[in-house]
Amino acid sequence: MSFIQIENVFFSYDSEDEGQPVRNAVDGVTLSIEKGEFVTVIGHNGCGKSTLAKHLNAMLLPDSGKVYVDGDDTSDEEKTWDIREKVGLVLQNPDNQLVASIVEEDVAFGPENLGIAPAEIRERVDKALKAVGMYEYRHHAPYKLSGGQKQRIAIAGILAIQPQCIVLDEPTAMLDPNGREEVMSTLLRLNREMGITVVLITHYMDEAVPADRVVVMDSGKVLTQGTPEEVFSQVELLKKHRLDVPQAAELAFRLKGRGLDIPAIPLSVEECAKMLGEVLQ
Amino acid sequence: MSHILELRNLSFIYGKGTPFEKKAVDDVSLTIEKGEFIGIIGHTGSGKSTLVQMLNGLITPSEGQVLLDGKDIWSEPKKIRDIRFRVGMVFQYPEYQLFEETVYKDIAFGPQNRGLTGDELDKAVRKAAEFTGLRPDMLDKSPFDLSGGEKRRAAIAGVIAMEPEVLILDEPTAGLDPMGREILFSQIVNYHKEKGNTVLLVSHSMEDIARVADRILVMNHSHLAMLDTTKAIFARGDELETMGLKVPQITKIMQVLKAKGVDVPDGILTVDEALEVLSSLLKKEGKLW
Amino acid sequence: MVRDVAFGQYFPGNSLMHKLDPRAKLLCFVAFIVVIFFTFNYASLGVVAAFTVFALISAGISPKFYFKSLKVILFVVIITSLLNLFYGSGEPIWEWWILKLTWNGIHRAVFVSVRIVCLILLSSCLTFTTSPTELTDAIERLMKPLKVIRFPVHEVAMMMSLALRFVPTLLEETDKIMQAQRARGADMDSGNFIKRAKALVPILIPLFVSAFRRAYDIATAMECRCYRGGTGRTRMKTLHMGARDIVSFVVTAMIIGGVIVCNILLTSVL
Repeated sequence: MSFIQIENVFFSYDSEDEGQPVRNAVDGVTLSIEKGEFVTVIGHNGCGKSTLAKHLNAMLLPDSGKVYVDGDDTSDEEKTWDIREKVGLVLQNPDNQLVASIVEEDVAFGPENLGIAPAEIRERVDKALKAVGMYEYRHHAPYKLSGGQKQRIAIAGILAIQPQCIVLDEPTAMLDPNGREEVMSTLLRLNREMGITVVLITHYMDEAVPADRVVVMDSGKVLTQGTPEEVFSQVELLKKHRLDVPQAAELAFRLKGRGLDIPAIPLSVEECAKMLGEVLQ
Repeated sequence: MSHILELRNLSFIYGKGTPFEKKAVDDVSLTIEKGEFIGIIGHTGSGKSTLVQMLNGLITPSEGQVLLDGKDIWSEPKKIRDIRFRVGMVFQYPEYQLFEETVYKDIAFGPQNRGLTGDELDKAVRKAAEFTGLRPDMLDKSPFDLSGGEKRRAAIAGVIAMEPEVLILDEPTAGLDPMGREILFSQIVNYHKEKGNTVLLVSHSMEDIARVADRILVMNHSHLAMLDTTKAIFARGDELETMGLKVPQITKIMQVLKAKGVDVPDGILTVDEALEVLSSLLKKEGKLW
Repeated sequence: MVRDVAFGQYFPGNSLMHKLDPRAKLLCFVAFIVVIFFTFNYASLGVVAAFTVFALISAGISPKFYFKSLKVILFVVIITSLLNLFYGSGEPIWEWWILKLTWNGIHRAVFVSVRIVCLILLSSCLTFTTSPTELTDAIERLMKPLKVIRFPVHEVAMMMSLALRFVPTLLEETDKIMQAQRARGADMDSGNFIKRAKALVPILIPLFVSAFRRAYDIATAMECRCYRGGTGRTRMKTLHMGARDIVSFVVTAMIIGGVIVCNILLTSVL
């Protein structure tokens, strides 16, 4: 069994008695996430990706279908808190998830809820803050920090619970380019160096490029999934659903369409320039 | 051509006379022509937000002048409210300012403050709703029942309805998904084309700026670092990078190619342009027919 | 701008004041505030003022922050002392129009201004050296006995700390909304009282909407971080009463005693 297993999940916010047709926010999704993977889920607002995210730590329960986390059924109420310890969820607005007025006290909030001994909380807090590169800011007030810094504090707050998996629901949507880069490089480091499973939900296509796997969602369903190379080479499908494609991939794809022989679709500036350089020299 | 906006040695100092004094805008002079589409870029804290808030008198300059149509906007401080109707300002996440019972009433708030009534008001509201792609049936809804993208457009309509001569948009697409970004963007471009008004767009997305701006204004550490045509600005990619700014990905690809010795021009801004340049090169080499 | 207000801020540090147990600090503070209003002669006022200065010094925080707090209430101090100055009882020493200066008035003005200034300085000192979490922790512990009568001690403390956390955020938001409505021609600076009250609607409604949205988000975030009420919760920073806290109680008791003695031995000047 995979670490997270989503089996034919349906979920709707509407209630049936209102006489209107029920629209499923999640409409029959089957998906599995392995330990140590970096998975990016992309899609438009309202495609069901955020709703799906809340299913991964039992914040929402499926109307039908099952979600298993490390073998535990999320609808089993006795397991709710075990599941939230294993799968942490980071939300979009960093301001609204910091609960304490001092950085280190905020990061301590999670472990405090778990009833851990004070000395160990201190240890976890320091470790989590170092992991996101915010240790020097431990005595600061969160509201004075930049968006990227706040979001890293929010990630540290989840890390201190020591989950095996972090799910992030559009963590970069409200950040400037620098903040986005800070958060992305932090996530990559956590995944590569600490082996934490990362599920990143976003609508920025470039954040899907470094992932192990990309899942594209549309109207509550999984449209396509695969490695970034596999997904972004389907330029036409993505464009049809009005999703962005990195300009590097688009250029290569259109050159290919004009008859240029290209072995693989490049995703980054470097890959694209290298490929074109080789063709042109 | 006539200058619609002229800034003369404009400066703003936060907390003047206290130990926390900080210069947010430092000696900026420039002119903007009627009908131009100007992109404004700069990293967070570079002073661009303070700069644009001085253009409609929301912030009073510490030194220097802002001239609208040749007249200092602070020449009659009591009439500064009139300036705000002439220079419309859409803030970041403008949907947070919605407050009326219906979308219609909310859009009408600005033009009503300007003194419009009756048919004139109705026309202004409906025209603004049309520009932002809000269907007529949405006007009777509560603004809080709209989707995120629709709320954003309703809020922008509220500023457009004041019929400003200059429209300033501070990151209008922040937080929207690719489709929402695309739709809003084409609406802004249409508005500019149809109205012929001056538009100032603050954005972090270089790809978006590259597509629409005639000229780009670059702010760096409270100073005006550059002001030039879009092509010329993005041809200076190395300098932009030292300011923590990037060029569009496609521009960067072409720059790296050029550095590798491939003969491509500077300042390629869109995939279409790059495609044409590369196609003709490849044809010359016999790799494309 | 509203954000620049120093009052209510916390400055991390290692001074004597920082190291005191927040419960001890809070109790002494409350006792002291009461004492301030029981000073009726210059000797006791002097004792109170001297202790205030001592407290500030032992906090090791730059005086400029205290000046910032004082600046905010300077207006209140001036108005109240002026009122007291000219409305004292007894023989007038100087009279002009409706204004009447008496010795009693002068004393009153001095006492009122010194008391307010001491009050503000001490509360600033308390918040400067105690983080909001410590403060609400202290309140939670001190109110623990109330649990017997089913008073939701933990919940109240949690609400207080969340409220303190979101004060700066909401102030900033108010600022932004005001600017946005001004940009739409909202006129908030002129007109009579009713007109001004009406002008608040476009600010208050978005502010409430946003506060509700935030509250919903915070609740979700707290649940995601395994929050399930006060039971079984531990704290990273545990509270310990130590020798220095005992000393602080003794000092406070001595000051209270001193003020009482002064009040008995010397006559009131008010």
